[in-house]
Amino acid sequence: MKPLTTWFRKQEADTPPALESAALRSDRFRLEREGDWRRLEHIVTALEKNRLRRLSDQDVLDLPVLYRNTASSLAVARQTSLDAATLEYLEALVRRAWFQVYGPRQSPFTWLRRFFGGGLSRAVRAIWLDICIALTVMIIGTMVGWLLTDRDTEWYYALVPGQFADERQPGASAEILRQSLETKDNAGGLGTFAAALFSNNASVAILAFALGFAFGIPSLLLLVHNMAVLGAMLWLFSQAGLAPDFLAWLSIHGTTELFAILLAGAAGLHIGRSMAFPGQKSILSAAAASGQRTAKVMLGVVMMLIVAGLLEGYARQLVGSTAARATIGGGMLLFWILYFFVFGRGRDAPEVDAPS
Amino acid sequence: MNASISRSNRKSAQRLRDLVTPEGVSLPVTVALAGSRFGAVLLDLILVGVVTFVLVLTLIFTIGGASLLNQGATEFLVVFLIICAFALRYGNFLYFELGPRAATPGKRLMGLRVAARDGGRLTPESVIARNLLRDIEIFLPLQMAFTSWETGLFGIAAFVWFLCFALFPFFNRDRLRAGDLIAGTWVIEAPKPKLQQAMSIDVAEKEYRFGDAELGIYGEHELQVLEGILRDNRPEVMEEVATTICGKIGWTPGHSDHRAFLETFYAQLRAKLERDMRFGKRKADKHS
Repeated sequence: MKPLTTWFRKQEADTPPALESAALRSDRFRLEREGDWRRLEHIVTALEKNRLRRLSDQDVLDLPVLYRNTASSLAVARQTSLDAATLEYLEALVRRAWFQVYGPRQSPFTWLRRFFGGGLSRAVRAIWLDICIALTVMIIGTMVGWLLTDRDTEWYYALVPGQFADERQPGASAEILRQSLETKDNAGGLGTFAAALFSNNASVAILAFALGFAFGIPSLLLLVHNMAVLGAMLWLFSQAGLAPDFLAWLSIHGTTELFAILLAGAAGLHIGRSMAFPGQKSILSAAAASGQRTAKVMLGVVMMLIVAGLLEGYARQLVGSTAARATIGGGMLLFWILYFFVFGRGRDAPEVDAPS
Repeated sequence: MNASISRSNRKSAQRLRDLVTPEGVSLPVTVALAGSRFGAVLLDLILVGVVTFVLVLTLIFTIGGASLLNQGATEFLVVFLIICAFALRYGNFLYFELGPRAATPGKRLMGLRVAARDGGRLTPESVIARNLLRDIEIFLPLQMAFTSWETGLFGIAAFVWFLCFALFPFFNRDRLRAGDLIAGTWVIEAPKPKLQQAMSIDVAEKEYRFGDAELGIYGEHELQVLEGILRDNRPEVMEEVATTICGKIGWTPGHSDHRAFLETFYAQLRAKLERDMRFGKRKADKHS
């Protein structure tokens, strides 16, 4: 029993005066160490309140030592003391100190720097299979939208929500459709538009991710539905011979936005897939591992949607020519692909988080 | 009295889990009750609602003034409002759970905190993951509850399906919600008890002497119940307990200070049990 050596170790200085009055060994043990415990409690409380200025350098240096001493006090007390209140106090104190000693070491800024400097790209690459599946589903969704509308124009009204089907409906003349793709005269009100778009898109993306929890199926359905809308509109514009213009108009923000939605759907699918097929791990640990991996992807998605909102709100309304629109859209797509799939490839090795 | 204490002990023992520190000390943690977690999230949402409301009010007043000036200012304020509402809805939980207390204001009030289930660090990834699922756990079921009756059978089916997410914590032992499951976290109680005076110090000595046989009728459980009674310090309870103990050990209960009697009995019982403990003999309760 290791604690025997600590039993008789003399504690310096502030031994409480009541030591002589304690008849029980366990009480003497407690009175000898109480000062340290209270000091640890003081340090931990200050850390919890994030008031680091209240702590001296010595306090910070002593924290690990005090923590270990208190943890061993708890181990000894469990074997030698029957004072329930003291045991309860020690357990709570060690638990609180443990959370502080083994708490997050990185500052949020370090974390963010690592996140943008490779963490995000790695997380995206780790779910490549799900991205492929989601991409296939999105392409199928677009084709379904196109084909359905092609067979029966009634499908257009069923698929496209009212806000888009204003003047853009089957039978509309090419001139009207062309007008809907044109720029606005000034940038007034576009900021509001961009912010509202972002807020809405981000909520949809988070929903696509969250639905992955139900084994990924709802995420895929959501992707199919959204892309079918796109397919139907694409059909409408190509009927009028405006397909390239429509694609350019869409691509300016669409490459970023659709990429983000692709990633969100893939992230949801990844969670669903790792819960349905956990492999060697337990379902719980598989779900936790995939959840933490995809959380990074989702943070990236929200960031991409901010960019997409700005592009949609400003660039699309201000840049008019088909070629310029296609260039911006294509450039963004190239940027994202390079950032996610090429950036930091060489440093992939150290982090072992390949998908199951 | 003893029966109710042991029942509540057993109830909370069901929520006890062991967490082993790197030093090899096992730390018991108590999984939070579903009720207190519901209370915590309710408090948080009310807080977010109130802050958003105040923000909107302030902006309306500012816009009232600003619109006289120019359009750009108004637009900026509206953009600011939309971004703020988004940041409040998702950011509030992230900000507080990433802090050193790992608890939102609501959780703090309910005495809870978030922790990693494997005993490791609570990473930003986990906190983000557990909060992204809040939509399908709270907002969608609520939305469904209001709209599903209009869309007929399909809507009701969807509502029931979403209810499964909302009620997820009730279907597992650790009260994990869907977000906890995919983040590898759980919510535990974070009590902060103060160090209390030991009940065996400063006991008026020598007034009573109990023999080993007399002390031998009780075990550790009874000792701790007695400790609780002494800390509560309620005269009528102490008298009742003193009488019971006297009856058990065959003494005639006196009419003098019951507390002094119990304190002495407690100190000597603890001395005996701790002495036995050092020789590896433990007595859990009076039946063992």
